[in-house]
Amino acid sequence: MTAATDGGYDEFLDALADGDGYFYACSNEHGLLPPRQACPHCGDRELARRELPRTGEIVTHTTVSVPTPQFDDNAPYVTAIVDFGQVRLTGIVRGVDRDDVAIEQRVTATVEPSETTDDRTITFRPAQ
Amino acid sequence: MSQVRLAGTGMTSFGSHPDRTGRDMFASAGLEALEDAGVPAADVDELFYGNFIGTLSERQGHQGPLMAEALGTTVPSRRIESACASSGLAVHDAVRAIGSGDADVVVAGGMERMTNMGTAGATDGLARAADDLYEVQSGVTFPGAYALMARAYFDEYGGTHEDLAHIAVKNHDNALVNDHAHLQQEITVAEALEAPEIAAPFGLYDACPISDGAAALVLMSPTYAAEHDLEAGVAISGAGHGGDTMALHDRPTLSRTPATREAAKVAYDEASIDPNDVAIAEVHDCFTIAEVFALEALGMYRDGEAIGAARRGETRRDGELPVNLSGGLKAKGHPVGATGAAQVAAVATLLDGSHPRAEAVADDATIGVAQNAGGTVASATVHVLEVIDE
Ligand SMILES: [Zn+2]
Repeated sequence: MTAATDGGYDEFLDALADGDGYFYACSNEHGLLPPRQACPHCGDRELARRELPRTGEIVTHTTVSVPTPQFDDNAPYVTAIVDFGQVRLTGIVRGVDRDDVAIEQRVTATVEPSETTDDRTITFRPAQ
Repeated sequence: MSQVRLAGTGMTSFGSHPDRTGRDMFASAGLEALEDAGVPAADVDELFYGNFIGTLSERQGHQGPLMAEALGTTVPSRRIESACASSGLAVHDAVRAIGSGDADVVVAGGMERMTNMGTAGATDGLARAADDLYEVQSGVTFPGAYALMARAYFDEYGGTHEDLAHIAVKNHDNALVNDHAHLQQEITVAEALEAPEIAAPFGLYDACPISDGAAALVLMSPTYAAEHDLEAGVAISGAGHGGDTMALHDRPTLSRTPATREAAKVAYDEASIDPNDVAIAEVHDCFTIAEVFALEALGMYRDGEAIGAARRGETRRDGELPVNLSGGLKAKGHPVGATGAAQVAAVATLLDGSHPRAEAVADDATIGVAQNAGGTVASATVHVLEVIDE
């Protein structure tokens, strides 16, 4: 994929993989993930880059047993939405038994290849 | 209040139709609707046609004119794509076209062909209704997205998989006499709970089937109906459309669906009604939890209270507010692009007595609602239907 098609998302994943995750905040403090040129909540275009907190908290999760073809070899796997305070991320949870994944559990965000393709996926691992 | 008249409905059975193309199915539904309305193709002003993934499943884009031709006309047409809300939006736009005076007679409907894609292909296709960058690339499937919402709802308000199973059982039971339904199969709560898991907490019976099918409506202005002495005893008296962010993680809460709430407010205001006036509802139960979201956003229940409605019997056939008497998406089936129009057709025929489940509708019932959702309710339409007293 070229930078033109993902509009800054690749750069975001690079940073996240390096432990330098970031997000954007509009003037009204709505947290957003790249790529964005405007805040969908208020229309503001003044987006400032902020440091992504190192750990976040699982808001909700599911174990996917019937995957899309891109995740064929991964299933069953756990997908979760994780709250990092001002912004939330969606990704795959690894390093925890599926039965032990719980709401409010603290995790860190990184980037790892999917097991089926080499596509990079946001990955959550239990916070130490 | 626009009082657009619903003069005719038509639909194919929903199910697996490997031998039928999209144009063949939409022709059947559309021509049936025109006949039902008593309107010649020459009088149609426009076609509003809903379809989600026809470009993938049939390698056919630009389906609007193709489907107009199938009905015997070359009037202006458009294909409306809004995921699972495609034909709800087609109906909405058709109501606007007539309400604004731009058109007198329109066909609104939709078609989807999905079973030819296989389970993996259809799962992949349906996932396209979620945000590709933020969700699909993070392993979120369509059932997975609703499962994320279900877990968030349980966490905030309580509720169990068993509560959801009662919704599936109810909707399967309603479909038993509906010969257009994809699944005419009785299930028990125990069977629903024991079914193979697809995305926890959902098992197979929490999800609607992958279906093929088409549905169409003929809408007209009251003037045209009167001039041509047509029977059009049901009006669409309110139409609303609401929106939200595509990705779930960008929403302040995952346990409510504001797009439906927004659509309902507009539709109710336009029709000058409130939720207490509604006698029956057809809502978008692509997954069992979606029926709960819909009933709360429609104002039929307070937040956190619709989860037990089916278990308590309130939304069953003999309950206070029968919901999804057609079988819903759950059992009637969900040919994505046809669903919204089929829901409106179901409400209309339930109200006028011609639906196989019409006996469950109270004799004095005059108002019904159809709610159609796109993706994880990033789009929603709500239509209020009323029996007209003339
Ligand atoms: Zn903002």
